Amino acid sequence: MEWETVIGLEIHAQLATRSKIFSGASTAYGAEPNTQACAVDLGLPGVLPVLNKGAVKMAVKLGLATGCTVAPRSVFARKNYFYPDLPKGYQISQYELPIVHDGELHIELEDGTTKRIGVTRAHLEEDAGKSLHEGFEGVTGIDLNRAGTPLLEIVSEPDIRSSEEAVAYMKKLHSLVRYLGICDGNMQEGSFRCDANVSVRPRGSTEFGTRAEIKNVNSFRFVQQAIDHEVERQIDLIESGGEVVQETRLFDAVKGETRSMRTKEEANDYRYFPDPDLLPLEVDDALVDEARSELPELPDAKKQRFVEQYGLSAYDASVLTASRELADYFEAVADAAGGEGKLAANWVMGELSGALNKAGLDITESPVTPAILGGMLQRITDETISGKIAKQVFEAMWNGEGDADTVIEAHGLKQVTDTGAIEAMIDEVIAANPDQVAQYKGGKDKLLGFFVGQVMKASRGKANPGQVNDLLKKKLDG
Amino acid sequence: MSETSKTVAELAAGLKAGEYSSEELTRDRLARIRGAGAELNAFVTVTDEQALAAARAADQRRQAGGAGPLTGVPMAHKDIFCTRGVRTSCGSRMLDNFEAPYDAHVVERFNDAGLVCLGKTNMDEFAMGSSNETSFYGPVKNPWDTAAVPGGSSGGSAAAVAAGLVPAATGTDTGGSIRQPAALCGITGLKPTYGRVSRYGMIAFASSLDQGGPMARTAEDCALLLEGMAGFDARDSTSVESPVPRYSEALNGDLTGLKVGLPKEYFGEGLDGDVARVIDEAIAEYRKLGVEFREISLANTELAVPAYYVIAPAECSSNLSRFDGVRFGYRCDAPQDLEDLYKRSRGEGFGPEVKRRIMVGTYALSAGYFDAYYLKAQKMRRLIKDDFMSAFDEVDLILGPTSPTVAFNIGERADDPVKMYLSDIYTIAVNLAGLPGISVPAGFSAGRPVGLQLIGNYFDEGRLLNAAHRYQQVTDWHTRAPEAFA
Amino acid sequence: MDVFTFAIERRLADNSGFPESRFEEAMSLSNEQVTEIAHLARLQVDQADLPEYARNLSDILSFVDAMNAMETDSVEPLAHPLEMPQRLREDAVTEENQREQFQAVAPQVEAGLYLVPRVIE
Repeated sequence: MEWETVIGLEIHAQLATRSKIFSGASTAYGAEPNTQACAVDLGLPGVLPVLNKGAVKMAVKLGLATGCTVAPRSVFARKNYFYPDLPKGYQISQYELPIVHDGELHIELEDGTTKRIGVTRAHLEEDAGKSLHEGFEGVTGIDLNRAGTPLLEIVSEPDIRSSEEAVAYMKKLHSLVRYLGICDGNMQEGSFRCDANVSVRPRGSTEFGTRAEIKNVNSFRFVQQAIDHEVERQIDLIESGGEVVQETRLFDAVKGETRSMRTKEEANDYRYFPDPDLLPLEVDDALVDEARSELPELPDAKKQRFVEQYGLSAYDASVLTASRELADYFEAVADAAGGEGKLAANWVMGELSGALNKAGLDITESPVTPAILGGMLQRITDETISGKIAKQVFEAMWNGEGDADTVIEAHGLKQVTDTGAIEAMIDEVIAANPDQVAQYKGGKDKLLGFFVGQVMKASRGKANPGQVNDLLKKKLDG
Repeated sequence: MSETSKTVAELAAGLKAGEYSSEELTRDRLARIRGAGAELNAFVTVTDEQALAAARAADQRRQAGGAGPLTGVPMAHKDIFCTRGVRTSCGSRMLDNFEAPYDAHVVERFNDAGLVCLGKTNMDEFAMGSSNETSFYGPVKNPWDTAAVPGGSSGGSAAAVAAGLVPAATGTDTGGSIRQPAALCGITGLKPTYGRVSRYGMIAFASSLDQGGPMARTAEDCALLLEGMAGFDARDSTSVESPVPRYSEALNGDLTGLKVGLPKEYFGEGLDGDVARVIDEAIAEYRKLGVEFREISLANTELAVPAYYVIAPAECSSNLSRFDGVRFGYRCDAPQDLEDLYKRSRGEGFGPEVKRRIMVGTYALSAGYFDAYYLKAQKMRRLIKDDFMSAFDEVDLILGPTSPTVAFNIGERADDPVKMYLSDIYTIAVNLAGLPGISVPAGFSAGRPVGLQLIGNYFDEGRLLNAAHRYQQVTDWHTRAPEAFA
Repeated sequence: MDVFTFAIERRLADNSGFPESRFEEAMSLSNEQVTEIAHLARLQVDQADLPEYARNLSDILSFVDAMNAMETDSVEPLAHPLEMPQRLREDAVTEENQREQFQAVAPQVEAGLYLVPRVIE
């Protein structure tokens, strides 16, 4: 039987607010245990939550950027369960009335087409603390610094049909939240985490199969692996006469497989009800307008503009808009290069990306600034250097030898355009290769390349290749 | 000064006139708490040292010319309000060892005003009770008859004021916990509009119902105290951002033409005959003051109690989850594992009534029962509020008994939760609607006090206090003190 | 849309809850049902006290069942007496580290962490 995979993703993005969602404690990562957990975060008796407007605005921004409806009125509910990292014994979340709902995200598939993935909803909630098992005998340590950090849970429709689509969706959303400046996207620190609901069904079926939820997958690669493994597991299970159980599973990155989280799955009864400490949240037009006015240019719009403004291919434009930092870098280079977008794109995606990859650096950590790279590109267009020499110049700039002009000057890399000097070199080459000259004249046109190479070599690459070509032809044909 | 029935206003005047210092007054009342008052069990904690230090500070402040209207006046806080440096037990073994690292907003306000806190008063455990019998620290006795309960849950505060141990105390009212003990102890107690007084630092029972308020001998005192307690607090998002009126300056308004509704449901079956007679006499007094009465209907009164006993337990079941033996409060000995830690810490830390309510609430919110209980109760809540809103289209205030009976005996209803819950039949609807209500002493039945309840529209505490004050100008019930404590 | 929708959608969305049969016949709870509720609420209840809790809870539930006499299909639920929106706070850090004071009231701490019996995941 042929099987179809059905995937829905729930992404938890930690919002980049300064303070927590319901308290004035700092959200900074990496502090000493429990030094950023105030009375509200600790759930001490008598203290009360007060909602952070910054978190609300960030949720609205995500909603606007995904074409969601912003609910004029939403409700916070309590999700009740006991766990040591959940200080109050309930998590404040939004249940039936989320702040934004019914939007969409368009992902690019490998065949170049785009696909719409529905965004069911995004809702605000508070993060839990952390349990630490290492270093203690028979006990678990609880750090509540993370408790109360604002989370936006973004829930997709079950529109995703493969692990590749899942990764594309996740990457797209990851890029979007960073564009919006609402999440730092740091997956290692858990700022951007994914739960995947995976099921399979016979192709052509319209009913959903029983799903398993894979919890807390925190890298793109792991999402792909986890889904692939889970799909395989479910198909094997069904084909061997078994049944998929609705359950929560964990991805074991070492073994590359998912496993059931609880052997003795207890029926969860979260007893949701509206939080009586928090009146309904009303998002008025003023707040929506404020959020809208602060929206940056979004990836899809930027991509379209890059195609139109710089004449880039759709592919190049989508690569360059994958992150806001990369797009900003590219535009700064193009600007410094006098608007030479295509040239800038080639260099950013080629030489620069290669060097960054090799050095394991992020675009924001590039030792070559956009102004320096753009300056070098100007020297290509004004024919001070050739494209080939430019690679040498780039390497020197990468190594911190200064801007293009400094490097060109220091290494004497200025292109030779003096006709007389080039002619002298051509004459030498012709004189030194009588056999080849004879063959060329005998009709072996391809040998022109050989002569060009010899002249370039003689000039140590600095001769203008176009001029060399023209002058050689004139001499050999004349 | 030895007149223990002196009111806040009178003591404030005495302090202002220099008849006695706050330190002298404080020493006198502390001695009384330790002496004659001790048998009442009204206090969980008496804070002699802090009180004397605060009194001396108040005297210095007065000398420096910086005294406010209430500076130097002694009082007590219900042990549900968090006090930095002093244990806040909430009447529970769970918090027997708990010292909050912060003050409740109300505590801050009173400290700033220079009031002198003498200690923390006994209460039903986590404010769950109508008799003060659920306290971990034992029942409080009614000063009018020590065989009787003082009411609850603010029973310690009510008994302390009635016995003249303090002229005033704070209380909280979730279903009648200020008004009912005020009635049973013959004092005046005001439950303000929901949102009028910050809930910050007030340990939550049922968040959508809880409201702190003053308990004192007179409406005038309640007005003065409410001015001190009320006001916006950014730390409670349900705290209302509207200015606090000068209640104490608007007490003498003429009541002529005031329209007061008498809900027929508050005078029906279940109301004790003697209590009914006392309320009739109060109505007659009010008529003399020019008040016009008309019968109204609050049709859903009877269903307010069931609705309340779903909503309050539901909220409490969640509010009390934080008491888990991990970060503060009681922890069981040698827990075997996490589940054992939770179950025994909570099982041993909470008393039976608290456990009952947590279980009722847990059940009412659980899947499959949410609609039948919680949602149904929320709909009842709407109907109950609508009843009041229609009534206030016709009348300015509503009048009736605070409690269907006078104080019952300790132990009399302890084994029957449902019977106990019915003690609150006339007070509970006010909390469901979030309205202000006041209980005023109106007479006696067999030597036990009877309370008269007035209910006002939202934020109409001024009118409520005015009506209560005018009644107290023509009656003397509020000046009566139990003989044993006179 | 209000809490009403909240409940309806909740019912539709809830596919993980108790089986309906778990608390059948609400008027009269069995000892086993009380045990289950107590477990959900993480309350240790002595075996010997179960019958009394069962009786008390059953009485309370029968009592609150009086609400069912009222027809409320068209009534909008009221979750809160203040029918107004919630006030928001500006995004600013206002709290300082008070770990020492907070942990002074904690039953068991080490190296700044709250300790609990080992949690098995």
